[in-house]
Amino acid sequence: MTDTNAPADPDIEHIQGAVASGDRPSAPNAFSALLTFGWRALLKIKHLPEQLLDVTAIPIMFLLMFTYLFGGALAGSTSVYLQELLPGILAMSVVFITIYTGVTLNDDIDEGIFDRFRTLPIWQPSVIIGALLGDAVRYTLASTIIIVLGLVLGFSPNGGAFGVLSAVALLLVFSFSLSWIWTALGFVMRSSESLMNASMIVMFPLTFVSNVFVDPETMPEWLQVFVDVNPFSHLVTAMRGLMHGTATTEEISVVLLMSAVLIIVFGPVTMHLFRREQ
Amino acid sequence: MNEIQQQRHGSIDENSDTEPVYAVETDGLVKHFGETKAVDGVDLVVPAGGIYGLLGPNGAGKTTIIHLLATLLQPDGGTARVFGHDVTEAGDDVRSRVSLTGQFVSVDEDLTGHENLVLLAKLLGYSRTGAKERSTDLLEAFGLTDAGDRQVKTYSGGMRRRLDIAASIVVTPELLFLDEPTTGLDPRNRNQVWEIIRALVDNGTTVLLTTQYLEEADQLADRIAVIDEGRIIAEGTPAELKASVGSGVLNIRVRTAEQRAEAERLLGATLDTSVERGSDPLSRSARVSNAEHAVRAFTKLSQSDVEIADFALGQPSLDEVFLELTDRPTDAESDRGVTQ
Ligand SMILES: Nc1ncnc2c1ncn2[C@@H]1O[C@H](COP(=O)(O)OP(=O)(O)OP(=O)(O)O)[C@@H](O)[C@H]1O
Ligand SMILES: [Mg+2]
Repeated sequence: MTDTNAPADPDIEHIQGAVASGDRPSAPNAFSALLTFGWRALLKIKHLPEQLLDVTAIPIMFLLMFTYLFGGALAGSTSVYLQELLPGILAMSVVFITIYTGVTLNDDIDEGIFDRFRTLPIWQPSVIIGALLGDAVRYTLASTIIIVLGLVLGFSPNGGAFGVLSAVALLLVFSFSLSWIWTALGFVMRSSESLMNASMIVMFPLTFVSNVFVDPETMPEWLQVFVDVNPFSHLVTAMRGLMHGTATTEEISVVLLMSAVLIIVFGPVTMHLFRREQ
Repeated sequence: MNEIQQQRHGSIDENSDTEPVYAVETDGLVKHFGETKAVDGVDLVVPAGGIYGLLGPNGAGKTTIIHLLATLLQPDGGTARVFGHDVTEAGDDVRSRVSLTGQFVSVDEDLTGHENLVLLAKLLGYSRTGAKERSTDLLEAFGLTDAGDRQVKTYSGGMRRRLDIAASIVVTPELLFLDEPTTGLDPRNRNQVWEIIRALVDNGTTVLLTTQYLEEADQLADRIAVIDEGRIIAEGTPAELKASVGSGVLNIRVRTAEQRAEAERLLGATLDTSVERGSDPLSRSARVSNAEHAVRAFTKLSQSDVEIADFALGQPSLDEVFLELTDRPTDAESDRGVTQ
């Protein structure tokens, strides 16, 4: 029962030295705690790049499939269809990645590292908000992948670089806000698998029963009603508008308002669950 | 019980007019989970400095007590103070003095050992370079330098445990909670952990340790509280506790079946206690209150016709402590499936 890969034994003088030199620095401020948790999220991307690939692979497949299989039939030509489809696919892939926020949190709680964070003398909400900021980097990476692919395929946004960047910024705001649903669920769900399943049940109808793939005009009326109130459709409309330079203030305001509502509702719920003991 | 502690530790603050500040002081601490009375009115006084052991079987409430003291749980009743700071009202003051190594290793499995330590160092206020230096120092001290750049998921149990403890002392805490730090470790790794704990105590950290093993509490702790079903059922120094259950058990095995009755009679007479049969038909065991009695019993046996094939003088096990204190065996015993 010896560990075969045991390194040199710790030696006692070293330990005494290390113990004696552990003077407590002054506690970090909330901002640097936030940055540190963000840094941790980046390390996770470095060690688990497959999480990023998992969630971008399907949107990329859809992008290629829909553009070339149905583009001609749905919009007359593949290149015309791509102009409409790309912002929607972009929104879809990033919004799907937000699920991992909850999954990561759930794993942290299971692994017990969350309890370790909770015994640190830091501004406690930074554990969650920092992770969300780190996730924003993940969203940006995924956005870059999809947009570059789109440009290669012939996506030409009339709104120019500024339009595309504003669309991505809006998407980040919405995703950050949506993440609070998953953080709340991350506390409630027993395992990351069940959390994943629950999230998928919400995400599939939300993203597919929308205006991403086809014009809602072609749908039966009862379905149109849902598509029209679906927050995700509003996000896609605003992003298309920004990318093609036709966005109205109203379209953008709706998305910002929805984001605010998500935070106002699920932020406090998350924080309540966070404070309530496990 | 409190009186003894006052006598023993009241001298800490002899020169100040304030009352001595204990590392931990609880008063009627209660925590229920639904029907389960996990902690059911615990009065615990842990003096500053040294090692204090919480000893108890599975489900006794050890982890819950530690979680209450580390502010991970809120008490349902009673009060708890850590170095004079109330865990409910002054959580931040408590958190800045304690550190917890939980029952299950709690580091980020996806990150490397080095990244884990740097992360915690930064969260404790170290600068970027300071954090890296601290991590390098700790990895070296704990014999993890070579593994430092590997993801923790590739570590062995002993390495994980060491990293976990290193993570808890990035900043040397005033009070360190160690929840079953050696469960599941082989003897070599267990000894290493014991050495680490002793080094911490030499440096002035108070350690509150939980364990299911009387031997471990005996080796390490200055005082022990025995917990069962959320209550403290005994408290004292290891010597006091052992004295209350007798210093151990004398096991003998005779060579032939005919000699059993004679051996039983002799043991019973010299040790003045009942003699029990072991699982082996040829073996007999009797409790001895001190070593001298055991020697006397041996002398008697050797002067008689009884031939001894084998003998052992065992420490009282946790199970015997429990039998003595509660008149029922522990669940831990059946879980471990072995007797000492
Ligand atoms: N979060 C919880 N919800 C419900 N019951 C709990 C919870 N935590 C602990 N318990 C119960 O409280 C009792 C005490 O548990 P605790 O973990 O404190 O015991 P322990 O002494 O640490 O045991 P072990 O040696 O097995 O770790 C047990 O009956 C346990 O099932
Ligand atoms: Mg426990």
